Amino acid sequence: MSSGNVLFDAPGPRTIARHRIYSVAAWVVLVLAILLVVKRMNDEGELVYDKWEPFLTPDYIRVLLVDGLWQTVQAAVFAILGAVVFGLVFGIGKLSEHAWLRWPSWAVVEFFRAVPLLLLIIFIFFTYGTGDGIGSFWSLVLGLLLYNGSVLAEVFRAGINAVPKGQAEAAYAIGMRKSQVMVTVLLPQAVKIMLPAIISQMVVALKDTSLGYAILAPGLTRIGKSIYGEFGNQFQTVIVVASLYIAVNLLLTWLATWVQKRFVGEKKMLSVSMVGEQDQGSTQPTR
Amino acid sequence: MDDVINNFDLVLKAFWLTIQLTVLSGLASLFLGTLLGALRVGPISVLRQFASIYVSVVRNTPLLVIFIFVFIAAPTLGWFIETPFLLKGVITMTIYTSAFVCENVRSGVNSVALGQAEAARAIGLTFTQVMSQIILPQSFRAIVPPLVSTLIAMTKNTSIAAVFGLMEATGRMRYFTNNNADDRPLIFLTFALGYVIIVELMSFGASRLERRWQVAR
Repeated sequence: MSSGNVLFDAPGPRTIARHRIYSVAAWVVLVLAILLVVKRMNDEGELVYDKWEPFLTPDYIRVLLVDGLWQTVQAAVFAILGAVVFGLVFGIGKLSEHAWLRWPSWAVVEFFRAVPLLLLIIFIFFTYGTGDGIGSFWSLVLGLLLYNGSVLAEVFRAGINAVPKGQAEAAYAIGMRKSQVMVTVLLPQAVKIMLPAIISQMVVALKDTSLGYAILAPGLTRIGKSIYGEFGNQFQTVIVVASLYIAVNLLLTWLATWVQKRFVGEKKMLSVSMVGEQDQGSTQPTR
Repeated sequence: MDDVINNFDLVLKAFWLTIQLTVLSGLASLFLGTLLGALRVGPISVLRQFASIYVSVVRNTPLLVIFIFVFIAAPTLGWFIETPFLLKGVITMTIYTSAFVCENVRSGVNSVALGQAEAARAIGLTFTQVMSQIILPQSFRAIVPPLVSTLIAMTKNTSIAAVFGLMEATGRMRYFTNNNADDRPLIFLTFALGYVIIVELMSFGASRLERRWQVAR
């Protein structure tokens, strides 16, 4: 049954009748809202076939899927792979016993988590990306990498801290060195715990590739822009582009659920997973 | 850099706009998000499903696409044409953030012990009474930490408004870096520092509030 069930009794006949009235009213409002949109589209001439045609022609479908979605996914994949490495380095750096390693790692992670991603991307692109620079695609990837990497650093740090202490103690007791304990004992367990959070972070990275729009990086939003630039069908394009994002993200979410069931079991996820799950990561107030 | 120092009032004005955008969208999303959260756990199945679909659609759409929707697509239907940019920005941020607030509220409500709701039901309180007098006050402490995360994320997200012509902090940075090619890193650091200060102040305030409520527990 639904989770909210304790909040209200199983409705009696009068309540059922009342709820039925509410439901009908809600339906009427929703249908009216949809009708209003459709009527408006009709009035403004947005329902004509010409405006939908680009999304039914094979050439444009290919452009959308290959140049748009595929490049979006590519940027997200590069960014996430880099971010995992970055996150591992700085997450472990924050746990280091040496202050000269711990404090710089802390500063780097805090800085890139607090700065808006768009500000970072615009700065990277206009400083290092234009002309002979690294170009808009890699500017976008670099920005995503730094931001998601610092979020993942927090995730890894929390994950490593969440592995029961006895694990490290036992490893030290049988004579392992510090790096061995980290690599063979702590990290594999932490990554297993953190896998769903890492995949959720992929959804965030994938959504954030849309910021490439601001620096004309290849991707779904830029393709969308050129399509509505050509056909003047902004409304239709937004709907198609949004649906593509939603489809891919739902797929990723489904993957995260599957991974959790497969590798983590039904065990409750760690509370720290929120760092990755929460849309844009961001500073936790619990410091 | 001289340009930035001589025009520092523009920098302050830009951050003031960022703060306005944050506060207005924050309040609006708290209101709309709590309402949606209540529908999400409420007894009327149509509204429950509506809130659920709203959340999953909005959460999986990039904020930038919602910005395009409000700033570029909606005007082709004759909506939001005369609306000031600030208000359009607030509308966009509210559409997006309220979905996350809704999820925060839902998980907070689920965190309250079942017995509390059962007891309240047993003495005959209605759903609205149970929610407003028993569940929401108790779930408040559980909701606040993720809510602060959401609001801080929202503060940073307001930067996307720069793409659509709002001269808030990010838009202003872009303007300055365009005109002062040599000083880009310094200008970037100036503006980044502004965001860091806002974000740190928010999380500092939140952790103080949290400590106060912890004592009350």
